[in-house]
Amino acid sequence: MKTPRRTLLATMLTLSTLTVTSCGGGGSETPAAGGKVTLTYALWDDKQQPAYQQCADAFQAENPGIAIKITQSGWDQYWTDLTTKLTAGDAPDVFTDHLSRYPELAANNQVLDIQSYVDKDKLDLSIYQKGLADLWVRDGKRYGLPKDWDTIAVVYNTKQVAKAGIDPKEFATWTWNPTDGGDFEKAVAELTVDGQGRNGLDPKFDKTDVKTYGLALETGGGAYGQGQWSHFAASDGFVFTDKNPFGSRYNYDDPKLAETINWYAGLIKKGYMPPYDQAGNLGVTPMMEAGKAAMVTTGSWTISSWGKDFAFAPLPVGPQGRKTMINGLADSIYAGTEHKDEAWKWVRFLGSAECQDLIAKNAVVFPAITTSADKALAAHKAAGRDVSAFVEEAADPQGTFLYPITDNAAKVEQLVLAAYESVMLGKADASTALPAVNTEVNNLFQ
Amino acid sequence: MAATTLERPLGRRTARRAGPSWQRGHGRIALLFLAPALIGFAAFYLVPTARGLWFSFTDYNLLSDPKVVGLGNYGEVLGDRVFWNALKVTGVYVVFNVATQTVLALGLAVLMERLTRSVMIRAMVLLPWLVPNVTIALLWMWLLDANVGFVNHVMEQIGLSKQGFLFSPDQSILTIASINTWRHVGYTALLLFAGMQLIPKHLYEAGRIDGAGEGRMFRQITLPLLRPVLALVLVVSLIGSFQIFDTVAVTTEGGPVNASRVIYYYIYEKAFTQFEFGYASAMSVFLIVFLVALTLLQMRLLRASTSDLA
Repeated sequence: MKTPRRTLLATMLTLSTLTVTSCGGGGSETPAAGGKVTLTYALWDDKQQPAYQQCADAFQAENPGIAIKITQSGWDQYWTDLTTKLTAGDAPDVFTDHLSRYPELAANNQVLDIQSYVDKDKLDLSIYQKGLADLWVRDGKRYGLPKDWDTIAVVYNTKQVAKAGIDPKEFATWTWNPTDGGDFEKAVAELTVDGQGRNGLDPKFDKTDVKTYGLALETGGGAYGQGQWSHFAASDGFVFTDKNPFGSRYNYDDPKLAETINWYAGLIKKGYMPPYDQAGNLGVTPMMEAGKAAMVTTGSWTISSWGKDFAFAPLPVGPQGRKTMINGLADSIYAGTEHKDEAWKWVRFLGSAECQDLIAKNAVVFPAITTSADKALAAHKAAGRDVSAFVEEAADPQGTFLYPITDNAAKVEQLVLAAYESVMLGKADASTALPAVNTEVNNLFQ
Repeated sequence: MAATTLERPLGRRTARRAGPSWQRGHGRIALLFLAPALIGFAAFYLVPTARGLWFSFTDYNLLSDPKVVGLGNYGEVLGDRVFWNALKVTGVYVVFNVATQTVLALGLAVLMERLTRSVMIRAMVLLPWLVPNVTIALLWMWLLDANVGFVNHVMEQIGLSKQGFLFSPDQSILTIASINTWRHVGYTALLLFAGMQLIPKHLYEAGRIDGAGEGRMFRQITLPLLRPVLALVLVVSLIGSFQIFDTVAVTTEGGPVNASRVIYYYIYEKAFTQFEFGYASAMSVFLIVFLVALTLLQMRLLRASTSDLA
């Protein structure tokens, strides 16, 4: 009698371990009240929500029959949230989409093909930043209309740069190479200060007692290194995939990538960049604000989080020129929406100059429409910020490369992150760790 | 089997009645009283478990229909070194967490029992347990941060070197275990303290008359008579400890490399960020078998349902 009862108890206690069950949260309210259609629109950046609310207000004024309800959740939760809602058939009618995520959603028939709408309305796609619109086309189907783009540049602490005796004008033409780091590494070394006030070039520099690091380190960014190392690797001639978009072979075994990552990890060994395990995951901003690091490469989406002590400079010029990753977001329509025509109207409005000019005025991101992006630049200038570095890089036809779009993005990220971290922690060498993980990555595409 | 005094009269009463209980009309009422628990159990445990079992034999990405792949997922799990590493990391976490938590809680309980009568002090040890897990994880993440954290600041002031704690591959899982020990030790101490109330006080008086010190009385009276409660506490903490997820999700997200990728976080990642539901379910089934076996073994070893008092 004793054993079965105990087994039952033990089973009940442990049953709670099988927790993998989908739970779709409510949120989308599609039914219309009094003939009025309510569309839900999802985005992840809280800094952009007020701007898009202005767009929604303008849209509702023009279309009294349609109400827009905006929902926002942080980047980490956004995709889990969206997927569970898609499973439950309860997804937002329109949602902000990312290049790395849409191939999987499209492959599972969750995103509406809007090519027929674009044809019917004879939409002019040449108003967008070059190349952005076509990223959302796969096999003749169009899955989104571009909304904004981002590039990478350097942000530095103006006071620390002045104190180190560096003229920021030199940053306009500075160079970088994976062997000795060029002008860029020299500036990083000069900005690194130890407890005795000696900089990184001083032969007596004490790397065990660094007060200010020349370059801050943002953790993560394993597979694509968007804000961390992608620009260095690309300016050395590294190309992520066999073709983009929709490559099926990654090139992580390229020796040019290995030498770039080894150079990057080498900054830690020299004491110019904080150890990977001490970089923390509070982000680089608190570290920079506290004066513990003087400089970092960062994406244009962070512009508004930097205070008045900070200024922007272009990326250094590498052996193959100056290269920045360019990434674009788009608005996509949920394939299961009950209001396809209304959703298209909203997406068309989001992709119009009228809405994107409103976004530009808020000076948070660079809108996809080139004329609107110029207005964003002007708005930044009016706010006392010179962000031309980001825009000039984007305007250089040879200066940008696209965020790699492939299938299996989440799995690639997990695999490469582990390999990248082991190099950054000094536990492995990039020239062996990266080729090894490249085999695993490419096996995903077999 | 030694029946306790509580069970005996009940046993006699039922023995007098004839026939199985459902014929006597109590069955339906009993069922009615059990219904809320049963419905909850079926809806939140039984059905999801059955679904999980079914998913484990399929290839399912949430968005398209599951495709049956038989035992394919199980084969893959056996060959997945991240899975085995996650089990190892979880094991290290559980051993370190349960060991420190139980030893510290036992000490605290003895102090509460033998040294103080103050309800204030007894209530105070529970405080960390009252704070939500996520808040605790965030709090410690800020405290332990290498650049702006208080702990490292103090350590540097007294001449120690800066530590990575959560983000150092060698310290990560032990740091997470210590955070949760800190949170749960008061609660565990309270359970043990309650168990100590069941030990007759005259045993201690007798012990004192025979000249036993506090240490000896702890070893020869408290510990043996506390065994059933201690066993329960161990089983509950062990299972609770295995479920480590939130602290990892909030702080390290499994990193650096795989140093804090515990089994539940790995299952979650597979299911909800990589959308391999079938694979995640197969790992869950492995885990359930493992935990049932572990629990039974532990109950047997500790003879949890018998007391030395009887």
